[in-house]
Amino acid sequence: MSTLEIKGLVASVAGKQILNGIDLVVRSGEVHAVMGPNGAGKSTLSAVIMGKPGYEVHAGEVLLDGVDLLALPAWQRAQAGLHLVMQYPTEVPGVGLNDMLTEAFKARGRNTDTLAQEVAAEAERINFPVALLDRSLNVDLSGGEKKRNETLQLALLAPKFAILDELDSGLDIDALRDCARRVEDATNENQLGVLAITHYNRLLEELHPDHVHILVKGRIVASGGPELADQLEADGYEAFTGGEPEGAVQAARPSSLDELFAL
Amino acid sequence: MPAFLSDAIDVDAPDQALRLAAAERAAAMAVPSPESEVWRYSRIAELDLATYTPAAVRTTVTGADQVPAADAALVAQLVAGMAVHDVFDELNAAYHRTVAICVPAGKVLAEPIVVTHHIDGGSAGSGAPAFYPRLVIHAGADSEFTVVERFESADDTRALVVPRLVVHASQAARVSYLGINLLGTKVWQLGHQQATGERDSTTLLATVALGGDYARVRTDARVVGQGATTKQVALYYADGDQMHDFRTLQDHIADKTYSDLLFKGAVQGTAKSVYTGLIRIREDARGSVAYQTNRNLTLSEGAWAESVPNLDIKTNDVKCSHASTVGPIDEEQRFYLESRGIPPQVAERLVVLGFFDDVLSLLPVSLQGHGDLRADLRARVATKLQAAMA
Repeated sequence: MSTLEIKGLVASVAGKQILNGIDLVVRSGEVHAVMGPNGAGKSTLSAVIMGKPGYEVHAGEVLLDGVDLLALPAWQRAQAGLHLVMQYPTEVPGVGLNDMLTEAFKARGRNTDTLAQEVAAEAERINFPVALLDRSLNVDLSGGEKKRNETLQLALLAPKFAILDELDSGLDIDALRDCARRVEDATNENQLGVLAITHYNRLLEELHPDHVHILVKGRIVASGGPELADQLEADGYEAFTGGEPEGAVQAARPSSLDELFAL
Repeated sequence: MPAFLSDAIDVDAPDQALRLAAAERAAAMAVPSPESEVWRYSRIAELDLATYTPAAVRTTVTGADQVPAADAALVAQLVAGMAVHDVFDELNAAYHRTVAICVPAGKVLAEPIVVTHHIDGGSAGSGAPAFYPRLVIHAGADSEFTVVERFESADDTRALVVPRLVVHASQAARVSYLGINLLGTKVWQLGHQQATGERDSTTLLATVALGGDYARVRTDARVVGQGATTKQVALYYADGDQMHDFRTLQDHIADKTYSDLLFKGAVQGTAKSVYTGLIRIREDARGSVAYQTNRNLTLSEGAWAESVPNLDIKTNDVKCSHASTVGPIDEEQRFYLESRGIPPQVAERLVVLGFFDDVLSLLPVSLQGHGDLRADLRARVATKLQAAMA
C-alpha cells in the first residue's frame, strides 16, 4: 500500500499565485477526481506535482510514501512511482515510442528483452494501431491516438500513482472508454492510485471515482463521493464558486450555439 | 615563376598550360575579405595562405569497377564550365588532383562509389600542407548511382583542404552525392560544389559535417532543364571551437523545376555555424517549386548559430517557401521524456538524435548495404553529445 500526500500546496506560475493551499491524500487502488472550472488551477496542480519547469512552489509538501517529491527533479519523481498523462502530449520528432520506453526501462534498471512484445500486447489491449508504433512520439497522431499512446505508456511503466490531466480532452468516446478502462484495470490489477483532473463529468462516467474534489481558485472547496460529481452536473460550478460566473471569458460566451444564431 | 608554383603542379599533366595560367592568376589575387557579402560571418580573415604548401592528396576510390575510364574531353568540358569566384577556385585549378567519374547512359549502379581523401600532415619543417582535390561526376542520360566523398584526417593534423566538386546530371539521370567531413579539429576546409541538372534529372547533394576547425562549403545547384529536381540535405554538428559555414544556391533556370533543401545543424561549446541560402527563380522558370528549411540547435550558452534564408523570384506562377529556426532544445520535449523517468542527459541525447533523424534518413545510403554508415554517423553524433555532457 502506497500513499501520495499533498499538503498545503501553494504555487505560482509567471509570478501569479494559482494554488492556494491544496490538501489531498490518494492511496493505492483509489481513484480521486479533481474537478474544476477553467482557471481553477487544474493543470497547474498536475504540473507542480510532476515537477514541470516554470512553476514555483511557495509552501506545502508532496510526499510519495514519505519521500519528498518536491525535492526531486521530474525524472526522479517518475522513477519514484509517479506518472503524468498529459493533456496535450508533446510531439518529439525523430524519437519513437520504443526508443523512449527502452531508455525509460533502462533508467529503472528494468529488462528490455521483451519490451517489443509487451508494447505490442499493450497496443492491442488499448486499440492503438500497431502501424503507428514506429511513428515519432505524438507526431501526426489524432487526439484519440495520442491519449491511447499515453495510456499505453502508463500501463507499461506501471507507476504507483498516475495523474491524468484532462484525459478526456480532445478524444472521441471510443478512445475515452478504452483509456478509462485500461486505467481502471490498472487500479484493480496493479493497485494504481489515480488523480484524475477534469473539467467535465464525461470521464467519470467511464472511470468511476471513489472520491470527488471540487477545485475552485486554487483550493479544494468540496470533497465527497461520486454523488458530488452528480450534484456538479446538476448545479454547475456556480454552486461552488459562491455564485460567481466561471470566469469572464466563459461568461461572455453564449451558453449554446442555438443562442448564438438566435441573436 | 609565380610564387604558388611548386612541385605539386603536375608538369606532365595534359592541362599543364591551364594549371600554370591559373597559378599565375592566383598569385595576383588576395584572400577574400570578410567585408565582402559572400564571406560575411566567415573566419576567412584568420587564414594565412603563406603558411600552407600545396601537396598531393592521397585519395582512394572503391566501387568504381563497373565504370569505364572517364572521357578526357567530356571532363575537360565540365571543368571549363566551372565558375571561378576567388583565389581558392584558381588554386584548385592550378594544383588539383582530379577523380573523374563518368557513368554511361542507362547504367545503374547498386553500390555507391566511395572516394576517400586521406588528409595527412606535412613533414617537419615544411609547414602545413594544402590539398586541392577535385571530383568530377558526369551522370549519363537515365543513369543512376551514388558517390560518397569522405574527408578524413588524424586529430592533430594541421592542413588546408580546398575541394571542388562538379556534378552534371544528363537527361533523366538520378545522381546522389554525399560528402562526409570527418576531419580533425586543426584542418581548414574551403569547399565549392557546382551541380547542373538537365531535363527530368534528379540530383541529391548531401553533406555531413562533423569535423574541421573552420569548414565551409558553398553549393550552387542549378536546374537548367525542364522538370529537373535538385535536393540538398545537410547534417552538421560543431563543438569546441569549430565553425561550420554553409552557403547554398538553388538556381531555377528552366520551367517546372523543383528544388528542396533541408539543412539541420547543432552547435555546442563555443562552436559556431552559419547557414546562408538563396532560392533564385529566373524569368523563364515558370511553374517551379522551391523549398528551403534550415534548423539549428544551440546546445550551450556560448555556442552561436546564424541562419540567413533569402528568396529572389523573377517570375509569377511559382511556389516557394523558406523556414529557419535557431534555438535551444525544446523544453517541452525534454520535460515529456523526463516525466517518463528518463535522466536529463539521456533525454537530451534522444531529442538531439531525433532532431537529426529526418536528415539522416534522407542521406543517399541504402539501408540494405550501408545501414552501417547511417548507424556510424548516428553514433558519431551521439559521441559528440556525450563528450559535451561529460
